[in-house]
Amino acid sequence: MNYRAIWAIYTSEMMRTGRTLAQSIVSPVISTALYFVVFGAAIGSRITDIDGVSYVAFIVPGLIMLTLLTQSVMNASFGIYFPRFIGTIYELLSAPVSFLEIVIGFVGAAASKSIILGLIILATSALFVPLHIAHPFWMIVFLLLTSITFSLLGFIIGIWADGFEKLQIIPLLIITPLTFLGGTFYSTSVLPPLWQKIALANPVVYLISGFRWSFYEISDVHIGVSVAMTLVFLAICLAITGWIFKTGYKLKN
Amino acid sequence: MPSIISVKDLSKTYASGFQALKPITLDIEKGEIFALLGPNGAGKTTLISIICGIVTPSTGVITVGGHDIIKDYRAARAMIGLVPQEIMAAPFDTVWATVSMSRGLFNKPKNPAYLEKVLKDLTLWDKRDSRIVTLSGGMKRRVLIAKALSHEPQILFLDEPTAGVDVELRKDMWDVVRALRASGVTIILTTHYIEEAEEMADRVGVINKGEIILVEQKADLMRKLGKKVLTLHLQQKLDALPAGVETAGLKLGASGHELVYEYDTQRERTGIGTLLTTLNNAGIRVRDLQTTQTSLEDIFVGLVSDRT
Ligand SMILES: Nc1ncnc2c1ncn2[C@@H]1O[C@H](COP(=O)(O)OP(=O)(O)O)[C@@H](O)[C@H]1O
Ligand SMILES: [Mg+2]
Repeated sequence: MNYRAIWAIYTSEMMRTGRTLAQSIVSPVISTALYFVVFGAAIGSRITDIDGVSYVAFIVPGLIMLTLLTQSVMNASFGIYFPRFIGTIYELLSAPVSFLEIVIGFVGAAASKSIILGLIILATSALFVPLHIAHPFWMIVFLLLTSITFSLLGFIIGIWADGFEKLQIIPLLIITPLTFLGGTFYSTSVLPPLWQKIALANPVVYLISGFRWSFYEISDVHIGVSVAMTLVFLAICLAITGWIFKTGYKLKN
Repeated sequence: MPSIISVKDLSKTYASGFQALKPITLDIEKGEIFALLGPNGAGKTTLISIICGIVTPSTGVITVGGHDIIKDYRAARAMIGLVPQEIMAAPFDTVWATVSMSRGLFNKPKNPAYLEKVLKDLTLWDKRDSRIVTLSGGMKRRVLIAKALSHEPQILFLDEPTAGVDVELRKDMWDVVRALRASGVTIILTTHYIEEAEEMADRVGVINKGEIILVEQKADLMRKLGKKVLTLHLQQKLDALPAGVETAGLKLGASGHELVYEYDTQRERTGIGTLLTTLNNAGIRVRDLQTTQTSLEDIFVGLVSDRT
């Protein structure tokens, strides 16, 4: 393993965040705070508790997931797309670095940022609601798995995209709707039976349900199913990444 | 001299179906400066990119320092520094950050003293904390060279190093290249400027339309260059060379109004004085004379147009 190369990629990616601190950290925190004000205080006060959890507390895990998913995808996709776009990718390709090391560097950095951001939002939310985390271990597991899985997805998108439109279209058209429909703001049990079935096709449901369980021990699907499904998405992303590695897809002529 | 890079039957057909390289076999000797000379689109960048691992070859085997560039890519690439054509370094990084990153990518432990020397040699030291996007074009090019040297490569590729570069940078660059060569680094540069190949190279390879059509020691090329042709325009028409006038390199021109004498300027005695005296004694009057030199350019143009 070329650990120095992994570290070089990782630190260079983390420095990029440092440069765009406002965009990377401040804006997600502000938008989360706005969600709390609007959904928690303004609307939430008229919504009854869900399974014994106040509405504003109920949405905390969903909001963290919302940020985690979008930021992981955006950070990782931009991280690898930008060097491709301006041509500096030549250096990665000509260095004694394996594809695995490149992936670890980029995905590791994107996932780290998401996790830091998730924890910041968790801390922010503590200002608005009394927090209770029933299973801190599982909370961290979900935080890690989700960040890594969606950073991998972002990495794949960053390699597939050949324009900025494509780079933004997946987060915008797929990730955001799936997150909103995935139970960030409600329990899927409030949906009509048919829609409950359809909702199960949405991978984000499992992530949010599992993550929320780690806080309040309430869930839409069994925690075991959540963990298993998350691992399945991770495996799918790993398989696609492996395929890119084998074929050199869009990286080498 | 042992070869440090060995290219065997390498060819490249891009996904578009375009064959950029016909099967090429080429050896680069350890410690030499090799100039790859060819017009735009000849395949110079493609060849370099394949050796460096950026483009995948279609056929053929390449070894660098004895290491196969695909099976043993880490060892092969670790030896190589590449200064690409028309690319700039990550725009928002500082000069120091980008050279440090390059060194890390090539798995070299931190060595601030060495990087400082590289930056000083390239007069970049004062700019070490500047973001690359704020630098002038020439400075950006210097950064690319610094990145390539950051990991102490044994082989340096310079792809069109002087295209669009000012005189000062050119001079600095050649100073750096000469110092590298003196320390045993092998240098491969591509160019479409003949003077550049003439000025710097030990050996010259000419590439056109994906084919290497000539590889020669520059000294041999220069010897060919040293040949001059003297054309004597005569007052009368000759049917044959008069007896006593024949000498090596002298021919009667097509119309009989000309004598053509090919001679070597490098030789101590060119034989021109003797020739003129002999002609005078034989009663042959010269109306005018003219000399022409075959330049590398002529050789090059001749080679290139032969193939089209
Ligand atoms: N990715 C590519 N796909 C298809 N053709 C390419 C590609 N890259 C280069 N070429 C073609 O290959 C030929 C050689 O290009 P290149 O190696 O860049 O030449 P040079 O560096 O000598 O100017 C050119 O005709 C160029 O258009
Ligand atoms: Mg070129």
